[in-house]
Amino acid sequence: MASIAVSETHDWLSEDARRRVRRRHAADRRLRLYGLAAIGLAVGLLAVLLGSLILSGHTAFVQTKVPLQVYVDPQTVDADDIGGGNYRKLVRDAFRDLLPGDMNRTEQRAYQDMLSAGAPYLLRDRVMADPALVGQTVTVSAPLADPIDQLHKGVTPRDVPEDQRRVSDLQLGYYDRLVERGLISAPFNWALFTAADSRFPELAGLAGALVGSFYALLVCFVISFPVGIAAAIYLEEFARKGRWADFVEVNINNLAAVPSVVFGLLGLAVFLGFFGLPRSAPLVGGMVLSLMTLPTIIIVTRAALKAVPPSIREAALGVGASRHQVVLHHVLPLAMPGILTGTIIGLAQALGETAPLLLIGMNAFITSAPG
Amino acid sequence: MFELVIVTVVTLGALGYLMARRRVVAMAAASGVHSHSLPSYHGTFVALWVGVPALLLSLIWLLLQDSVIDSLILASLPERMTEGLDAARRSLVISEIRSIAGGQVFGEPRPEIIAAAERLNAWSGLAGWAMVATCAAAGLLGLLVTRRRIRPEFRARHGVERILDNLMIACAVVAIVTTLGIVTSLLFEAFRFFDRIPLGEFLFGLNWEPQIAIRADQVAGHGAFGAVPVFLGTLVIAFIAMAVAIPVGLLSAIYLAEYSGPRFRQAFKPVLEILAGIPTVVYGFFAVLTVAPAMRAFGAAIGLDVAPNSALAAGGVMGIMIIPFISSLSDDALNAVPRSLRDGSYAIGATKAETIKHVLLPAALPGIMGGVLLALSRAIGETMIVVMAAGLIAKMTVNPLDSVTTVTVQIVTLLIGDTEFDNPKTLAAFALGLMLFLVTLGLNIVALRIVQRYREQYD
Repeated sequence: MASIAVSETHDWLSEDARRRVRRRHAADRRLRLYGLAAIGLAVGLLAVLLGSLILSGHTAFVQTKVPLQVYVDPQTVDADDIGGGNYRKLVRDAFRDLLPGDMNRTEQRAYQDMLSAGAPYLLRDRVMADPALVGQTVTVSAPLADPIDQLHKGVTPRDVPEDQRRVSDLQLGYYDRLVERGLISAPFNWALFTAADSRFPELAGLAGALVGSFYALLVCFVISFPVGIAAAIYLEEFARKGRWADFVEVNINNLAAVPSVVFGLLGLAVFLGFFGLPRSAPLVGGMVLSLMTLPTIIIVTRAALKAVPPSIREAALGVGASRHQVVLHHVLPLAMPGILTGTIIGLAQALGETAPLLLIGMNAFITSAPG
Repeated sequence: MFELVIVTVVTLGALGYLMARRRVVAMAAASGVHSHSLPSYHGTFVALWVGVPALLLSLIWLLLQDSVIDSLILASLPERMTEGLDAARRSLVISEIRSIAGGQVFGEPRPEIIAAAERLNAWSGLAGWAMVATCAAAGLLGLLVTRRRIRPEFRARHGVERILDNLMIACAVVAIVTTLGIVTSLLFEAFRFFDRIPLGEFLFGLNWEPQIAIRADQVAGHGAFGAVPVFLGTLVIAFIAMAVAIPVGLLSAIYLAEYSGPRFRQAFKPVLEILAGIPTVVYGFFAVLTVAPAMRAFGAAIGLDVAPNSALAAGGVMGIMIIPFISSLSDDALNAVPRSLRDGSYAIGATKAETIKHVLLPAALPGIMGGVLLALSRAIGETMIVVMAAGLIAKMTVNPLDSVTTVTVQIVTLLIGDTEFDNPKTLAAFALGLMLFLVTLGLNIVALRIVQRYREQYD
């Protein structure tokens, strides 16, 4: 028999061996460090993203305003035609009264440009809502024009030459005088949520977009929630396992991974082209979004139904329920929390989708929110 | 009008439910025979037979109403106004009539058009009421037909369950119909495109300039539809995105799966998932407003010429978006490797890093590869980040500091413009969409196959 004695003996405590062990442990520590650094990088990028968004966007929540004491002159506003009065003159006069002293024509124009072009409409709406205000003095909190708004929020730099900024030196002087007299305030900008698109940045708001998103999401939910759950229940509980069920499952998994742009092309070609539905309507947007959310809801519902223990099903069958009753009365209520979680995630993804809605034309510039 | 239909159908259905329920209870009490199904099933049976056909009828009516009325209006116009007009001009006449009917009158329309608009309003009102009447009639018919079948011996529960089965099958078929619809519509429009532009030129041409003259007297390029630069741009940006996402995602997954404690995992896994939940428009904003200028300034500081909409900015931000895909799929794959392999590796003296490198990663490799391929298909199909941050001019370059354009950007820009549907410019978007759909479908199928075939069964 051959000798099986070990020919070499290792000295596990030699310098060589110790060095190797140290190197291996150092490699282990390095990998751990790389992993931690990767997580740190991802979290850091998320923080930079959110931080840059907040930093550049938070000033939109306030709006610079001045209080105007407007005397609603009965000679300028005819009681029979309240809507047709010259509110622009009234508002401009009230604005002029805020600063004493003379102004020549150029100075007047520069000064009046500081007031927003929408201020007369604010006054008009108030007087039309309450015609008893004719002949009285009304306090209107009027927004200032966009260049002054940005100046007050610190976005416009003051130390660049005049031709490189949107606020002229004259207007800068008037702004400083108004600030000295304590007339400039920056309250919370409720108009951000109540006003629709506008040519003037200080008057623009998100109302149109919010309402449109709401309607599109509502249509998406109403279509995809029942259809998705019904399809998932059928595929999971009732369909015979076979080629057709496999085919449908593969189909649904593929649909879940199709880029959203392709759904936009589908909506364009079929809903707008073939069926002739109106362009830019929340109905079509909602239908396209529901087609995108449907695979997500089906997959989530199937997972939730699978997670219900078989003992529940067998117990229900044991007391004499039919297969439909087992599913509808016992399994579905238990799976509902999981289904709702998945639906919320799917709807949140649909809310953030842009590409398919662009392709069906939902980028209209609407100046008043849809009713 | 549709609200009225809903109200009518719901009322009829409720009436049918109550009536059937009472009837079967009365009949059971009178004849002494136990009813087979609960009374509520009899009621539901009648209500379903009243409601479902009426609703389906109303949906079909709504879909077809407008086109039928349009054809009738066109036929009602005098001959001289409609003869010799092609389809485009006919639809122009229809839209003019419709906008006048809606109250928006532009200029001086001809008196026949105004008369036709009034007829349109009258007929639309009539059609609305006709729809309500027809659906109510269908509901009543269903009520009468099913009423006769209500008997204690009638197996109402089976009837209801059969109807529910059919409804569920119809819902399941919607998914297939959607895929079929996508494929058919893309193929249809793409074939119209390939009628005008040969397939070879599209797939292998090196010049992508879709700006062709819309009107005869417009000065514009001749229009070249060679899509190779567009495909190359997509690959460059996707490659940059994967180069950012794969190291970060994989290393994060390794740390979360192997090194971190349970509290760290609980805290940081959701944070990574947040990256996946941010809408891509927000990423696009971030790329345009923060990343691209920063890269440009950085490049200028070290002497490189970085384009304002470079592939690096768009690809980098897209990589950030894809990190959670790779990290969570790799995390799942690593966790699926059974403990016995880990324990065996530690038992022969390997450090954690060596276990990961030599045992766990090879075992989890199919799952990780599947995740990488899914992330790649997501990167190729991503639209909003590249629409906002990447360029519009197709350039044959692999330099990440240059501006390139991708397939999705071209689809969006070709379809947002004002060209009509027959123009090769708009049809090119469908051809690109078909390519995109096939490539992402192929990647998903390959990913699924890899995971299925090479996944070891450890037991």
